[in-house]
Amino acid sequence: MITTAYGTRARPTNNFEVYSWFFMRVSGVVLLLMVFGHLAIMHVINSVDTINYWWVAERMATPFWRTYDWIILVLALLHGMNGMRVIVDDYVHTRGWRTWCMAVLWVVGFIFLSLGSLVLFTFTPVPRPV
Amino acid sequence: MIDYLLAIARSQTGAWSWLLHRITGVGVLIFLLAHIVDTALIGLGPDAYEHALNLYRMPIFKIGEIALVFAVVYHSVNGIRVILVDFWEGGTKHHRQLFWGSVIATAVIFVPTAAIMGSRLF
Repeated sequence: MITTAYGTRARPTNNFEVYSWFFMRVSGVVLLLMVFGHLAIMHVINSVDTINYWWVAERMATPFWRTYDWIILVLALLHGMNGMRVIVDDYVHTRGWRTWCMAVLWVVGFIFLSLGSLVLFTFTPVPRPV
Repeated sequence: MIDYLLAIARSQTGAWSWLLHRITGVGVLIFLLAHIVDTALIGLGPDAYEHALNLYRMPIFKIGEIALVFAVVYHSVNGIRVILVDFWEGGTKHHRQLFWGSVIATAVIFVPTAAIMGSRLF
């Protein structure tokens, strides 16, 4: 039981929001480190002017970078989609619209996670013309 | 909506950083979804991927790229501030210093990065 200034109530059995709060902080710190590394390599040291198909193909030849990118993909999508869930909770008050928004978030999250994973796991470069 | 923005305008630092955290978070998420699609094009071969890259090479997209870096840097630094307020016992007492610290840290990381990226605009 929890006793507050407003009375006594049963301890909530659903800890989802606590896990969600904790997940945002843990994934946030991991993402900070990994995304700063990603930005430094792809947007500062290199750029869209120097990056091309063959450059990415070479990078994807290393399982390390495939894993690195996949961890960012999963954590960033979950972190972002969970953030959207909190925003929907704040601004969408009618039951029907909330259900609809949550359904959209789950479907979008699932499709983009699948698409991103598919590319990272199956990409095989075409032979380079000589 | 107007009342809501006015309340933030009249409020202290916390509400500003909260609003900017939300805006940058949504912005980065929208780019992430676009980025998953453009990367997926690499599976279709060099021509499809080059087509996507040519879009990102346009000056308007390069400016957007700098804005994206700002959003990521601010969201990260402010996230650390939020974690300190949540977990560090002095966090709430020193919230004002933490806010200005986060503004300075964002500037220190973002300004040189934007200068390097901006030099490639022309």
